[in-house]
Amino acid sequence: MTSNNTKNAVNKRYIQNAIDVLMFPLIAIVLGLFVAVFFVMWAKNLGFFDGVATLFSAIWEGTFGKRANFIETLVATTPLIFTGLAHSVAFRTGLFNIGVEGQFIMGMLAAALIGLIPGIPSFIHVILVLLGGVIFGAVWAAIPGYLKAKVGTNEVVNTIMMNFIAMNVSNYFVKGPIHREGSASSKMILESAQLYRFLGPSERVNIGLFIGLVLIFVIYWLLWKTTIGYELRAVGLNRHAAEYGGINSKKNIVLAMVISGAIAGLGGAVHVAGTIHKVHQLVGFTNYGFDGIAVALLAKSHPIGVLFSSLLFGGLNSSARILQKYRIPKQIVYIIQGIIIIFVAADYIYKWFKEKKKKEAIKNA
Amino acid sequence: MHSITISLFVSLIAATLRLSTPIIFAALGGVISERSGVVNIGLEGIMIAGAFFAVLGSYLTQNAWVGILFAILAGMGIALIHAVLSINLRADQTISGVSINIFSAALMSFLLFKIFAREGQTDGVTQLSYPKEFFKSIPFIGNLLAELNWFVFIAFILAILLHLMLYYTPLGLRIRSVGEHPKAADTLGINVYKIRYLCVLLSGAFAGLGGASLSLGATNLFREGMVSGKGFIALAAMIFGNWKPFGALAASLLFGFAEAFRIVAQGFGWKVPDEVYYSFPYVLTMLMLAGFVGKTTPPAADGIPYTKGER
Repeated sequence: MTSNNTKNAVNKRYIQNAIDVLMFPLIAIVLGLFVAVFFVMWAKNLGFFDGVATLFSAIWEGTFGKRANFIETLVATTPLIFTGLAHSVAFRTGLFNIGVEGQFIMGMLAAALIGLIPGIPSFIHVILVLLGGVIFGAVWAAIPGYLKAKVGTNEVVNTIMMNFIAMNVSNYFVKGPIHREGSASSKMILESAQLYRFLGPSERVNIGLFIGLVLIFVIYWLLWKTTIGYELRAVGLNRHAAEYGGINSKKNIVLAMVISGAIAGLGGAVHVAGTIHKVHQLVGFTNYGFDGIAVALLAKSHPIGVLFSSLLFGGLNSSARILQKYRIPKQIVYIIQGIIIIFVAADYIYKWFKEKKKKEAIKNA
Repeated sequence: MHSITISLFVSLIAATLRLSTPIIFAALGGVISERSGVVNIGLEGIMIAGAFFAVLGSYLTQNAWVGILFAILAGMGIALIHAVLSINLRADQTISGVSINIFSAALMSFLLFKIFAREGQTDGVTQLSYPKEFFKSIPFIGNLLAELNWFVFIAFILAILLHLMLYYTPLGLRIRSVGEHPKAADTLGINVYKIRYLCVLLSGAFAGLGGASLSLGATNLFREGMVSGKGFIALAAMIFGNWKPFGALAASLLFGFAEAFRIVAQGFGWKVPDEVYYSFPYVLTMLMLAGFVGKTTPPAADGIPYTKGER
């Protein structure tokens, strides 16, 4: 009887925890969309209900409503799974790797370079391309990680600088050695290096999506079921306490950056090998790495959460095109992202309400 | 030959000063915010807002000085979000800064579309008039002064004023004590929240001015992506300058020089890819931080939210 009671209590606490964890991101999303409605009203001089109707029907059409758009949503989701996971690993270790963008670019470059080597059987070629992305990304992240651990330089500033350098390195190759005559991009990678497109060659969705889905569970396993993950999270929770418990925090900072960069680089390689098959000359950033920040924050840096938040942001990104069809400026999509993150950052409001409720409960008891 | 060398030298210095100016403003903004204990990674987004609103103000009134006023107010408006999030709501200040970067960039693109009905960049607007001919008539430094703009002077004056304010006024002492040990400051009757609000809003005003110096000082329009990381470089300059106004000023000048050198060196016709020049300021930033950061210390309470009455 008693054991049953405790079991119930445990179950109840589990459910309460789950609600607590899910509640805030959901509130943030609803508020983000709610504020966005006002921008739609302003952009199109509509009333509130017309604004709601226009925005949501456009977003619905752009994400799931039509087969072609749904496929594009999956295409847009794929890179965000990788960059979202990359940010999550860094956040869990108490680091902020804004350099995911640059590491993603280096992964793209690796794929474009290796993808041009002729005479390799397809299976091996694909693996080499992905491995190249992993290594390029990992190295690009290891540099600021090492500087953070050994010298103590702020990883935020250093990774931002590395982003700009990555953009220039990529542009050097795209404009020079692997340039395709008369275009603003590199040569197409060979067919043997391309990822399988399971809906036929004309639909851009490819097995990169499944690589991302598998990776979600791999990272979950790594973070919660292995010693490595335990140490990373311990450093993230309290660096000094971890150190006191015999964990080498410097080693783990470098390791977290390398893992994060490897994931981002893999994402870049998958993007080139699966979706675009070439690298464009960059005048600005690809933004996949920066969107990953929003993905990870909304997911509270949990790999399973990344699955849902990458789908949300992927859907929003792919509906930008449809929004323009309805003459809604596509910038609304980025405003929604910004507002969601503002509300995520403000999660103290939620804690404050809970504490207030608790205090009142004590008073009334 | 001799006169060519001199004129090259003069244009290098002038370009250094002009290119440093936006970074100086934003770095000073960073100094004042972080000295009170609030990390402001949102400088980049605030600069974008400043750059856009400067053009908007000048566009609406045909008066560039009104544009500057708009930039200051817009910068403070965006900074207010950061202040509420990081001071009242005790948000993670890095996340809060990132969120206002995303939001501000998107909002400015939206306003660009809504107000100017076009994408990418605004129309050209009235620039800040600058008495070039008058300066040219001054002996010795006339050629140099003629190549500057008012923003350069304002930036230097603000650096001096901020230095005086931080180190020689009661307010400055309060700001520094709030950044070092907020609880002690609170015990002495200093309102920690008020000081931090003031400083974050001031940092918004500074970074907004920095944005204005990009859009009204360097050109006469706003272009998406025109800030392109200058807010982050300013952050690096602030760290490298040891969280001190003159330090930040000197570091900003160094980064300005790196950029100016790029422009001048591209004219030399050395056989080096352009990308090497473009990367130069960023590589320099990293080298400087790696080489010197051990010798700089942030304010003790930098980045830590203050909760009144908590042990």
